[in-house]
Amino acid sequence: MQPPVTARQLLRYLPVLPAVLLLLVFLAGPVLWAFQASLTDAGLTGRSARNPSWVGLENYQRLFADPVFPLSVLLTVVFVAGSAVVGQNLLGLALAVLMRRARPAVSAAVGTTVVAAWVLPEIVAAFAAYAYFSGDGTLNQLLGRLGLARQDWLYAFPMMAVMLANVWRGTAFSMLVYRAALNEVPAEVSEAAQVDGAHGWQRFAFITLPMIRGSIATNLMLITLQTLAVFTLVWVMTAGGPANASTTLPVLAYLEAFKFGDIGYGTAVASVLILIGAVFGLVYIRLLRETRP
Amino acid sequence: MRRRALKTMSLIASAVIILTACSPGDPGNTSTTLKVAYQKTDSFTALDTMLQAAKQEFEAANRDVTVELQPIQANDDDYGTKLALALRSPSTAPDVFYEDTFKIRSDVDAGYLLKLDSHLEGWEEWDTFEDGAKAAGRADDGGTYAVPLGTDTRAIWYNRKVLEAAGVALPWEPRSWQDILDTARKIKANDPTVIPFNMYAGKGTGEGTVMQSFYEVLYGTGSTLYDEETKKWVVGSAGFRDSLAFLKTLYDEQLAVSPAEALDANVWKKVFGEWFPEGKLGATVEGSYAPSFWQDGGSYAWPGYEQEIGVAPFPTQNGQPPGAVSMSGGWTLAVGAGTKEPDLAFRFLTTALNEKNSLAFTVESSQIAVRKDVAADPGYLDANPFVRDVSKLVPVTRYRPATADYPRISAAVQEATEAVITGTRSPGEAAAEYDAAVADIVGGDKTVRK
Repeated sequence: MQPPVTARQLLRYLPVLPAVLLLLVFLAGPVLWAFQASLTDAGLTGRSARNPSWVGLENYQRLFADPVFPLSVLLTVVFVAGSAVVGQNLLGLALAVLMRRARPAVSAAVGTTVVAAWVLPEIVAAFAAYAYFSGDGTLNQLLGRLGLARQDWLYAFPMMAVMLANVWRGTAFSMLVYRAALNEVPAEVSEAAQVDGAHGWQRFAFITLPMIRGSIATNLMLITLQTLAVFTLVWVMTAGGPANASTTLPVLAYLEAFKFGDIGYGTAVASVLILIGAVFGLVYIRLLRETRP
Repeated sequence: MRRRALKTMSLIASAVIILTACSPGDPGNTSTTLKVAYQKTDSFTALDTMLQAAKQEFEAANRDVTVELQPIQANDDDYGTKLALALRSPSTAPDVFYEDTFKIRSDVDAGYLLKLDSHLEGWEEWDTFEDGAKAAGRADDGGTYAVPLGTDTRAIWYNRKVLEAAGVALPWEPRSWQDILDTARKIKANDPTVIPFNMYAGKGTGEGTVMQSFYEVLYGTGSTLYDEETKKWVVGSAGFRDSLAFLKTLYDEQLAVSPAEALDANVWKKVFGEWFPEGKLGATVEGSYAPSFWQDGGSYAWPGYEQEIGVAPFPTQNGQPPGAVSMSGGWTLAVGAGTKEPDLAFRFLTTALNEKNSLAFTVESSQIAVRKDVAADPGYLDANPFVRDVSKLVPVTRYRPATADYPRISAAVQEATEAVITGTRSPGEAAAEYDAAVADIVGGDKTVRK
């Protein structure tokens, strides 16, 4: 027989109540609102601005028939995989490992440089990146001084430019996570492996990496979700162009909702983005669980 | 000791500043507040100046009213978005606001704008407004919802020195597209480092691409974007293809900027700020407000621009009548439909648009006057040497078909120009894609083949 739930037991949940309420209002609320709006023809102006009507799944039907949508999903995946999962993650890990070996002065200098890009507000970082890659930008001036040909980076290689900018801006986070994680790896384990005759690479791959698996999964989840939502950087640098060549899902959602005033359609794009984020989140949570036997 | 006292003082002072910033005005002295939303940027402060003056004037005449100016720092696109978002909710909707003429119809549909007919009846100065300008504030139901601040036209602006150096007879008056191409080629042959004749294209420059480039070409072919009689969108027109082909020629022969430069949203700043003053640009199509950038106090002040710049109407395709093409936009002041003080709000609007304030604004922002008294004022006519030239285009000028679908159609046009200048589509293919996009946006039954 179950013991009756006492008032005392209920009272125990009281301290978490504010946090739950805040989560509901500020996280679940907007998600639900976005999903609800995506089932209407809500607009920024025009007849359906004040009194949107229910259109069911029409926005989603339109979305899946839109030729820009698959391109946009592909670009988003390339952006996340290239600049977060590979770029920020591996570069951050490499920096963290190398900084443990480097002299303190070098390590401090590198650390400060990398973190400097990270502490910039996104809009400032975006303008800096635009100024770097634009036609008369720093990169072209450097190339010019070296006697190399100029390139219109934002026009000819828009995705590469925004991905490099995102790596530049975000690597500090991965680096900091991995530095903390590597500090937690006990030196004895590594030394024991050395005694057993494992080489540097082997020790790293078979001892260090498995021991920081938890941090890897957490880091991957955070940077993936962060990069999925990157808007300012892309918007300032290329505004999704040329010819949609860098229109990631957040840019597409913004264009539809605010440039064309079609909030219903824009929130449908946003809802798909939330779903993609949720799928990534679930995968990483599974990964995290498996790391704890 | 003293230092500590100073520190304490400064802390208290900053706390006071923060607290007053948080409190919603002082409810003790005034009973009514009018919220006025408008655009202000580094290069566009004329409206701010005008409304500051109107605020002083209005508050002096109405002691119990506070006018709360809410400048929005944004470009045209973002200003429209921010304003629409503010209008959506009654708690943030301004009482009086700055409204783009081409948004009026859809914002009236949305119920954001107050119908002003009954107020206008009692305002005798309304008769001093030009009829054409009055129409800009009219919606589909025939009611007037906004009062125009000014209008503009578009023309060819050219650098006299560059054309002279290439042996072009001045004043330059191209009669057809061919004249433009011939002159541009002449400039190119004379000095290959100069951009002979730029026209905006692609999505980077947004509305600029259509207003200051594509429509001048399209409307000169005899074709149109929207058939006002049948209220249908025109597809499959030869004029549309010809227009794209003209842009393609300019870009392919490098008579315009490179496609990469054209797609940069900041290209217009280079046109005004670098290329024209440095003699790197032969000519371009721009708005009648161009001198406002160059005149004293403008964002790209250029002493002596009056001697170096010339202006000419944009010709029709083969010189067919009326011989010139121009596009007009313009902005208005409107009253929010949800305002609690419609009379006060309208009176503020009339203060802002009285003769003195209108004149100052029109001159400072190089607008074309919409009030007859301002139009006849010597201060306006002599504001810059080009006022008479650009005002002459008013009889031939056209307005955008400002329906709720227009922003998407405009984007489809911009996409077509982008595909053509980057060489990913031929003019025929790009026009076909535009036709399909239009049918998709408005529905096949709302299109007409012409």
